[in-house]
Amino acid sequence: MNLTSETKDRAQIVRVGEARIDASIAIRFKETMRELTQGGDGPVILDLSRVDFIDSSGLGAIVAVMKFLAPARQLQLAALTPNVGRVFHLTRMDSVFPIHSVAPSAGERRGNVH
Amino acid sequence: MCTERPLSSLCDQAHCAAKGVVSAYRTCFPAEPWAIRAALADVRARFAGNLSAGAFGAAELALAEVLNNVAEHGYADMPPGAVTVCLGLSADSLHVRIEDRGHPMPGGRLPSGLMPEVAHAVEDLAEGGWGWALIRELTADLAYERRTGHNLLTFRIPLAAGG
Repeated sequence: MNLTSETKDRAQIVRVGEARIDASIAIRFKETMRELTQGGDGPVILDLSRVDFIDSSGLGAIVAVMKFLAPARQLQLAALTPNVGRVFHLTRMDSVFPIHSVAPSAGERRGNVH
Repeated sequence: MCTERPLSSLCDQAHCAAKGVVSAYRTCFPAEPWAIRAALADVRARFAGNLSAGAFGAAELALAEVLNNVAEHGYADMPPGAVTVCLGLSADSLHVRIEDRGHPMPGGRLPSGLMPEVAHAVEDLAEGGWGWALIRELTADLAYERRTGHNLLTFRIPLAAGG
């Protein structure tokens, strides 16, 4: 599971280095997000710029992350590719997440999980 | 026409040829998440170049949702079985045929596939239930049949789909 975490302007940015968030990695994605965000505060911005495929299991995992972060921390999404954006649009989950069109630039490194 | 040999005797000898199909591909693999991922990568390598990005994205997502359902529900409470996928490309559509030997669909028919409502409160948000709604949204001529111990699902992705 290639997720990289850094902080910038009091937000934690998690960059997803996987091309796919699908049924085969959805549970590991959720668990790794839980580890990476534990004990932090402020919003979490998920950089999805390198993800070109997501299925309903992957979407469910992202919703689960939003739910365990709330209410203390808000999950925001950034840089949805067209394929990923379509899943959020068709399921109307694009109305649930704050979505940034561009991923924030590099901040301060906080750790890597592979 | 299917030139690939089945990977195991559990694989059905599905016919890939639909009306007007000019190029067809058949694959058979265990209905498990890792094998589904590998099969989709294979399909991408073979078909992505022949379809628009939008149409291929629709095909890939519909296929993934159907295969995930076979793995999770079709073969629930039994050892993971085989699933056979046939893809055929015609002038205006990608024709998809998926066969498995798992449980029949509840009630012998396709789920209605209503898109889950978006809850107002974060804690009430659904974490699933989108699969059949997405499949219905992305496909045309979706049909299901139970035939002598196997499930047969067919649909079409119009090549003009997805933009």
